[in-house]
Amino acid sequence: MTRSLKKGPYVDERLLKKIEALNASSEKRVIKTWARRTTISPEFVGHTLAVHNGNKFIPIYVTENMVGHKLGEFAPTRIFRGHSGKVTEKSSALK
Amino acid sequence: MARIAGIDLPRDKRIEAALPYIFGIGRTSSQKILKKSGVDPNIRVKDLTEEHISKIRTIIEQEYKVEGALRTEINMSIKRLIDIGSYRGLRHRRGLPVRGQRTRTNSRTRKGPRKTIGRKAKAAE
Repeated sequence: MTRSLKKGPYVDERLLKKIEALNASSEKRVIKTWARRTTISPEFVGHTLAVHNGNKFIPIYVTENMVGHKLGEFAPTRIFRGHSGKVTEKSSALK
Repeated sequence: MARIAGIDLPRDKRIEAALPYIFGIGRTSSQKILKKSGVDPNIRVKDLTEEHISKIRTIIEQEYKVEGALRTEINMSIKRLIDIGSYRGLRHRRGLPVRGQRTRTNSRTRKGPRKTIGRKAKAAE
């Protein structure tokens, strides 16, 4: 189910305020955030956000293509290292 | 011979059932196209007149993205997801279900035939 258009995209207000402050002063600084559910809006483009994945902050450089996605999509919360006994050949080929 | 969007339509089928042979056109779009062009959906493909065919062809060309163009678009979208490093791109890259389905069982369409990790495989190591 997609979000109602009436409401518009959800963007964490404090994060947006911080980004806009950076835009106004044309600064670039890494912002730590836990707001994984925030939709990436056009203002974010060009900034680097450190998105929390439950353990640590994953730095994400926001590009134009990412607009409309959520921040959490870029900071995976699970790391699958393969099952025991399997050769690591496959996992190295994936990256 | 009815040739639309680079595809030969089966001659003996009703036109409504024949149009879905084109990639990107299903039964619903097929019905919509025929309604718009005013062609009777029950006519067999071999009985269509040139006029009917050209009508259908222009509608498809103007309003639908089919075959190669559609395939390219799909692949571009997937490539975009992979390139921006999103979770969905990751799932595409690994050949796993993208939309949050379970993978403990099922998901065989995405994962392909079962690769059994049995006792034998473990003993070989």
